[in-house]
Amino acid sequence: MRRLLIAVPFLWLLALFIVPFVIVFKISLSDLAVAIPPYTPTLDFAEGWAGIKAFFAELDFENYIWLTEDDLYWKAYLSSFKIAVISTLLTLLVGYPIAYGIARAPQEWRALLFMLVILPFWTSFLIRVYSWMGILSQEGYLNQVLLWIGVINEPLIILNTNIAVYIGIVYTYLPFMILPIYAALEKLDISLLEAAEDLGCSRFSAFWLVTIPLSKQGIIAGSFLVFIPTIGEFVIPSLLGGSRTLMIGKVLWEEFFSNRDWPVASAVAVVLLLILIIPIVLFQRNEQKQREADQ
Amino acid sequence: MALDVFAPWEDPNAKPLIQFQNVTKRFGDFTAIDDLTVDIFEQEFFALLGPSGCGKTTMMRMLAGFETPTEGQILLAGQDIGAVPPNKRATNMMFQSYALFPHLSIWENIAFGLKRDKMPKDQIGERVEEMLRLTRLEKFARRKPHQISGGQRQRVALARSLAKAPKLLLLDEPLGALDKKLRQETQFELMDIQETTGTTFVIVTHDQEEAMTVASRVAVMDHGQIVQVATPDVIYEAPNSTYVADFIGDVNLIAGKADPQGDKLHLHWADGQPALVGSPLAGITKGQDLHYAIRPEKVSISAEKPADAANAIQGEVHDIAYLGNISTYHVQLPGGQIIKAQAANNRRISRRAFTWEDKVWLSWTDTAGVFLER
Amino acid sequence: MRRMTWFNVTSLTLGFAFLYLPMLILIIFSFNESKLVTVWAGFSTKWYGELMRNTAFLDAAWVTVKVAFISSSLATILGTMAAVVMVRAGRFRGRTMFSGMIYAPMVMPEVITGLSLLLLFISLGMDRGVFTIVLAHTTFAMCYVSVVVSSRLVSFDQSLEEAALDLGCSPVQAFRLVTLPIIAPAVISGWLLAFTLSLDDLVIASFTSGPSATTLPMKIWSSVRLGVSPEINALSTIMILVVAIGVITASLINKRNVVRQRREEAAAEKLA
Repeated sequence: MRRLLIAVPFLWLLALFIVPFVIVFKISLSDLAVAIPPYTPTLDFAEGWAGIKAFFAELDFENYIWLTEDDLYWKAYLSSFKIAVISTLLTLLVGYPIAYGIARAPQEWRALLFMLVILPFWTSFLIRVYSWMGILSQEGYLNQVLLWIGVINEPLIILNTNIAVYIGIVYTYLPFMILPIYAALEKLDISLLEAAEDLGCSRFSAFWLVTIPLSKQGIIAGSFLVFIPTIGEFVIPSLLGGSRTLMIGKVLWEEFFSNRDWPVASAVAVVLLLILIIPIVLFQRNEQKQREADQ
Repeated sequence: MALDVFAPWEDPNAKPLIQFQNVTKRFGDFTAIDDLTVDIFEQEFFALLGPSGCGKTTMMRMLAGFETPTEGQILLAGQDIGAVPPNKRATNMMFQSYALFPHLSIWENIAFGLKRDKMPKDQIGERVEEMLRLTRLEKFARRKPHQISGGQRQRVALARSLAKAPKLLLLDEPLGALDKKLRQETQFELMDIQETTGTTFVIVTHDQEEAMTVASRVAVMDHGQIVQVATPDVIYEAPNSTYVADFIGDVNLIAGKADPQGDKLHLHWADGQPALVGSPLAGITKGQDLHYAIRPEKVSISAEKPADAANAIQGEVHDIAYLGNISTYHVQLPGGQIIKAQAANNRRISRRAFTWEDKVWLSWTDTAGVFLER
Repeated sequence: MRRMTWFNVTSLTLGFAFLYLPMLILIIFSFNESKLVTVWAGFSTKWYGELMRNTAFLDAAWVTVKVAFISSSLATILGTMAAVVMVRAGRFRGRTMFSGMIYAPMVMPEVITGLSLLLLFISLGMDRGVFTIVLAHTTFAMCYVSVVVSSRLVSFDQSLEEAALDLGCSPVQAFRLVTLPIIAPAVISGWLLAFTLSLDDLVIASFTSGPSATTLPMKIWSSVRLGVSPEINALSTIMILVVAIGVITASLINKRNVVRQRREEAAAEKLA
């Protein structure tokens, strides 16, 4: 009984999560070909041992070498990293005051405010990104308002730039930042701040010396939750970014769907995965620490 | 011993209901139960008493079937039950948290076990009504567990575990969640129900007063072993070790060297002080290390040296704890040791005989205390 | 209790304006008469009418709901099993790998998940369509379900299950009669989460579907790449409102139940 209970989900994930990666890795070592499927070699068991030997002989790291030679790829990795770091910091800057505001709101309001943060998370990601297209475009609502007030004379070009990508990321990933910080701040005992003020801190230094350090775990968790998915983001740079916005998720998509170069797309995926392992492991460790501290 | 007294453990022909035979239970490196042997008889109200981590809960969980012994055997009515899963055992358990099913009504909670036995519907109804009557819960049958009070929940848990008429009922800290007053009332209720149903009860508790009140016999446990099994009065009056003496109630312990003198045993405990006199223990040699245990209520306190007391020591009142009905005097002896003496307050406090720093005499008879080897 | 400072009020106002204004504008302009989406030309519901006549959207919506329903139901079963394994099965060989496989799909970039599943389906020679999208969605959604359910199971009082065993249940009966009814709210919210994840997904569906199956997000995607359109605004409005009504209703029901339970508990203690 117990065995069956373990085996069903285990085998499912093995077949539909692990095995696909093995295949991706294998194809990343193959060569492009004009065929169906568009790569060689393919494993042919009909030829027996010789077939298997021939199959392995033809695998090589050519595609990985290609990734280092064509500067498109490493620029894309670098640019993804840069965009992810900057937008994580921006999300933190926007998210912290909101989380703080909710945690300090009157008790009877908190549940409602909390729900208002979660609600966008349930609505379609695609629609939320799309909603900014009409706002940021050259004749969009933002430019209309700014021109009307008279702050600017010429419409700003925001859509199809990296700025639009930052706005899109901050907007869609904001709940991921607010929730862990709110969770940390809500646990914080107000009397700690009163004690700090009683001992001579100003309001601001009490915030800096007590609130910030005690919400550190939430800040770290929130930052990872924004940073990790942003690196491989595809929808936001495609809709809001321009032709010069380089992100690796977009490159992979185009390599696959437009160039139909499956081996290179697979190599891009493998490298992206290797890059992501570091923040994922760090995140898991942070969560582990948090769980131990809570016990 | 009179015939009408319930004491099957003194009858060599009585068949025990439960036998632990050299049972050991290990969790990894930790030994929870260490080579334990004990018999529990039918219709007993048997208490397992000890501090947390002493193994009492593990013993109970082995009886219920949630743990299996690492070594040794547990017999129920002569049958080894080691391999029997909990749902096939004729034992039922009342959980510390009560474990009432929150999604079922009180009625359905009590009927839960009966339904598993495929009992006919009308019989289930009758049995549930009977249990509701027994625990005075008739009015609450349709309610959910969160709609009744803590004391009522405790009775539901009891009714549910008794509904299947188990051979053995296990109670894990059954009164731990109740406040003191309710707990005392419920103790007597438990005893009544145990007597009416004739079920064998094994109760786990860390509350010595509770164990003493309800149990026919108490097993005092420490570090996976039973230190002493006896009736409550024997446990209290004749503990077999300083551990038991100290665990049950308040006690003064005095260490010294043994000196057998005829039909009395003397204990030299401090230079320049008279030896303590008491009834001897078998096999004591001169000079052996011994403890003397005496309960505070058996020590009398007086201003003058009593003429005929077997034991009398002078000291100074160090502290007085006024507890209303009684006062406990902490008297410091010349060597620095503190002896507690209790006196009933049958006079008003303003006319109390002794106050701080008064010189007083403590005295007791030669049968008031006991000598302990360990 | 401190009073709300002006700083907190400002940051909350700005924050929620930022979160809700874009969607609000979208909703308002879905009722715009003009085809030019950025110029207000009067109130009209004509784009909703257009949408209802657009069979391509309706077909895609039907495919999406079908996929979401099947995959979230499968994911709920598998995810609940996985949660029970994670919380209750104790140690077994491959446990670390098991928990890794549960957490990894949640942090995996969608492009990688999509790509790898597509390559799997191709190398197995499977026809891509509704079935392959269901497989893909089930796989990542079951991980979310298992996290939701296992966080409930962790706080589940295990003595309830022991009590069921003690009263004569087999382990399976104990799970069905006691554990499952009590953790049902978590299982249901796991299902809802899986359902919305599947409804929303663009990237993985794009990789794993074939010419025979187009989901609504795929349809929206190919349309919005060309720019803002009033029809998409109307569609977005419907989707936002459906989700908002659903979430608000669920949380109101939940709140009412909690309040009622508290009141009954207080009343029970008072009566005793």
